[in-house]
Amino acid sequence: MNKIKLLTNGLIKENPVLVLVLGTCPALAVTTSVFNALGMGLATTFVLLMSNMLISMLKNVIPDKVRIPSFILVIATFVSIVDLVIQGFIPALSASLGIFIPLIVVNCIVLGRAEAFASKNSVFDSILDGIGMGIGFTFAISIIAFFRELLGSGAIFSHKIIPFDGILVFVLAPGAFIVYGFTIAAVKWLQKS
Amino acid sequence: MEYILMIIGAILVNNIILAQFLGICPFLGVSNKISTAVGMGAAVVFVMTLATLATSIVNTYILMPFNLLFLQTIAFILVIASLVQMVEIILKKISPPLYQALGIFLPLITTNCAVLGVAILVTQKFSTNIFDSVIYAISVAIGFTLAITIFAGLREQMDLVNIPKGMKGVPIALITAGILALAFMGFAGLV
Repeated sequence: MNKIKLLTNGLIKENPVLVLVLGTCPALAVTTSVFNALGMGLATTFVLLMSNMLISMLKNVIPDKVRIPSFILVIATFVSIVDLVIQGFIPALSASLGIFIPLIVVNCIVLGRAEAFASKNSVFDSILDGIGMGIGFTFAISIIAFFRELLGSGAIFSHKIIPFDGILVFVLAPGAFIVYGFTIAAVKWLQKS
Repeated sequence: MEYILMIIGAILVNNIILAQFLGICPFLGVSNKISTAVGMGAAVVFVMTLATLATSIVNTYILMPFNLLFLQTIAFILVIASLVQMVEIILKKISPPLYQALGIFLPLITTNCAVLGVAILVTQKFSTNIFDSVIYAISVAIGFTLAITIFAGLREQMDLVNIPKGMKGVPIALITAGILALAFMGFAGLV
């Protein structure tokens, strides 16, 4: 029972993007289409899972004073792996996400989970936490991307759903901020009722 | 002339926060008061300039000749993290007033994606031209300071008005940022 709670914690109650407001840069930048958001979410989930696992394994070896640099190094290694894999196998995704894949290194969610959870808990719990947080992140940015793509071009996964040209501003920068703002407000309202 | 266009472009047209979505965390986190926003902006100008100088040197003279570009992310984050630590220690020693003004912001900057973002961007944009890279980094950082200061001014005013309960805090801040980004879109086509 407790293990399931670990997994769902990141999904709803402590959703990193919608409740804790962490990892805002990718949540705004890559949510122009659902495809981009899913790609970014899965890449981040992989990094979260692997870094959480490795850091919880190494937690007794890493001296307290050089904790943060060691965590960053572990995270940067996995981010480089993801970056090279995406460049090699899905070049289209790599082109549209661009600089935001290497920037997973400085995504506060990953370092935050390493520091707050993986450095204190067992390996198995950390893996569950990494998966839960990663899926929560993917879910949240996909929702934002869903509304932006739908309002901006009337399409989902580039398939036309509503026959209208769309409101261009939702695909551009201002739309990102506005949709994100309303999504957080909606989540707040749902949590209360 | 070329440089003037580049500087105006980086500050107004492709503003790092409002058009490129880098450095959103400090933008939302430390924009409650104009004075802290200006302090954060100054710290970013300082660190971003030094960090871009250091990473372009590492990129041009170490990573490129030895064909190690796949290590770019790891190398850059290490350079930036140690640079920030070093700046903190040096400032504490030689200029206590400056340290007091910028000190609390420095640790926050290591995980500011704008710094790493610009360091990677300039290697794609200017390749090995270190001088251009540093000029670009300074203008980007000024753009950051401009955006965060304007936003802090708006938020100070917003404290005085009656906002619907559900929109209080982050939601209204994000929507305001969206309208500010809309205003900055007016600069498109300027350069």
